[in-house]
Amino acid sequence: MFTLIGGTAILALLLFFAIRNSAVQVAQSAQDNILGASVTSILDAAVIWDGIVEIDIPYASFSMLSTPMDDRVFYAIYQDETFLSGYPDLVIAPTADREISFETTKYQGQFVRVTTASRTLIGKDKRIQIRVALAQTQDALSGTLDQISQNAALFVTGFFALATLLSFWATSATIGQLKRLTNSVTRRGPQDLSPFEKPVPLEMLPLVVSLNSLMARLDHSLSQSEEFIAEAAHRVRTPLATVRSYAEATLQRVDKKENRQAIRSMIRAIDESSRAAGQLLDHAMITFRADHLERQDIDLVGLINELVTRLTPIAEMKDLKLQLQTDKQVPYSGDPILIQNAVRNLLDNALKYSPSDGTVDVFVTATPNIRIGVCDSGKGFPEAELDTLATRFSRGSNAEGTIGSGLGLTIAMDVAAAHGGSLQLSNRPEGGACALLLL
Amino acid sequence: MSLTCAGYRRKAGHNRKNKAMKFLLVEDNQELANAISSRMRIDGHVIEHAENLGDATAFIETSEYDLILLDIMLPDGDGRTFLRKHRARSMDTPVIILTARSQISDRINSLDLGADDYVTKPFDHAELEARCRAVLRRKAGKTQTVIETGGVVFDPVAGLISVQGETVNLRNRELRLLEMLINAPGQVFSKQKLADRLFSYDEDVSENAIEVYIGRLRKHLNSSDLKITTLRGIGYRLDHEP
Repeated sequence: MFTLIGGTAILALLLFFAIRNSAVQVAQSAQDNILGASVTSILDAAVIWDGIVEIDIPYASFSMLSTPMDDRVFYAIYQDETFLSGYPDLVIAPTADREISFETTKYQGQFVRVTTASRTLIGKDKRIQIRVALAQTQDALSGTLDQISQNAALFVTGFFALATLLSFWATSATIGQLKRLTNSVTRRGPQDLSPFEKPVPLEMLPLVVSLNSLMARLDHSLSQSEEFIAEAAHRVRTPLATVRSYAEATLQRVDKKENRQAIRSMIRAIDESSRAAGQLLDHAMITFRADHLERQDIDLVGLINELVTRLTPIAEMKDLKLQLQTDKQVPYSGDPILIQNAVRNLLDNALKYSPSDGTVDVFVTATPNIRIGVCDSGKGFPEAELDTLATRFSRGSNAEGTIGSGLGLTIAMDVAAAHGGSLQLSNRPEGGACALLLL
Repeated sequence: MSLTCAGYRRKAGHNRKNKAMKFLLVEDNQELANAISSRMRIDGHVIEHAENLGDATAFIETSEYDLILLDIMLPDGDGRTFLRKHRARSMDTPVIILTARSQISDRINSLDLGADDYVTKPFDHAELEARCRAVLRRKAGKTQTVIETGGVVFDPVAGLISVQGETVNLRNRELRLLEMLINAPGQVFSKQKLADRLFSYDEDVSENAIEVYIGRLRKHLNSSDLKITTLRGIGYRLDHEP
């Protein structure tokens, strides 16, 4: 914008000098015309009378030179090289016959415009050259010029002010549009790769068009990479499932203790790797979603209820009681997929670490604050590690013999943090671990 | 164990073959399909395998299944499309989806399209069985799925056992244990085989832990004609002793 105003200033100055310059030329040529006419009329008045040059200077020759500023007029008349009349110190330039020359010089301490012209008179066997110089001060001229300059300055200042205003308006209009476009790019959710449809000024159309084509390409490559991840997961998990099913079937037929032990270890290794792979993918997705949190209105009770229903068969396999206690409805604005995944991880832990015939309590409350709690009846968290457990890949010192990747609590903590909440770990006084998701 | 969901839709108890559950497995990976089938046949289930959606459609038109196990990524289409068509024809055969994707992304989609449940590959067969039981319990309500023998009425789907008119709700492990024994009366089961079925692979339990559950079952069967006999050093056997 400053470039624009600076440019306008330079343009205004140029304009000013251009106007002034052409005014000087116009005014000067006006003065020259009058001076020329005056000189010509003096020359025309020269006649030879009986071999003697006679010049009766017409009254009009000087009256036409009168100006409102009372400019002074000087003249000099020569016959050949002889001075006839006027001011003898007025320098006279040699000119060709009937030709008028103009010159600005200093005379008696003032700038004057000097006009010189000559005429050859032909008498009886005699040629006489008459030369006339006519000078006029330039007070009226400079007065007119000052007036014009003033007007020009006024006009140019107005032009500058208007141009500055216009440039302000133009920049803010374009920048405003650009800002709005920037905002709408910034505010977009992670999944939103639809083209921009807001009305944009014609000048910005190419930008929007190329942005939209970028969006389309991004959308394409994103969906391709999503497909790729799904395909990769499919490729890895399917053979793992094959191995696991065969291993389970083989275990049914094998009696030797060492063999059985080996097969059990195989199955556990498969479970461990598939769980770790799953949680790594989940963790990546959760980090992405948490960075671009998209909140929607949900009922936490319904959400957790669905999860508990799904996990009940797993709890039953261990004869665990999965109890859900909730307020009637706990409305909340958050990302349901993130919250469900966080609670799922807490529940997985609770089911894993609870001994058979135990109880896992899940509660969802709206008061005093919105929280989801998962408490089990296992050994509890090691007291000394309560602060470090939610660190990536860290597992409790008493987690030996259970399958886990050490990402579960990290995921829950990241989800809580993304919603502006926290994860609290504690042990129940009567035994068992408690994880509280405060939202 | 056969029959977690044993005898569903059939009056059971006379012929063991009859009580077998009939599954349709829709899975394009031949190896995995073989592995799953051989694992399930051990439990006495009947399992038929369709490699693609076209075959699957032909199978369900000609035969009746207790449950369909459906893979999502299939060579001739998406399993979920099949599911939608299947539901549109008001077929109410329960469907459990086998998914290899992350659970987050597929969750809403598959359950919304009318799948009854899903398991993520690789899956624990005990979990599949538990989910299958839960699905059938929801679908069947109180159907005639009972086994009657030796003064005991056993409903494996509901998890109920009635001895001389007195009904007891079985815990899950008691239920699975009884199921195994009652489906093969007179057959000896070693402690380790029973333990394999009752405990998950990530639990380090001693084989003696099975004794607790045998003890509980004996208590439930106390006043019936069914007896669980201990064969020291070998295992257990269910006997019918009038």
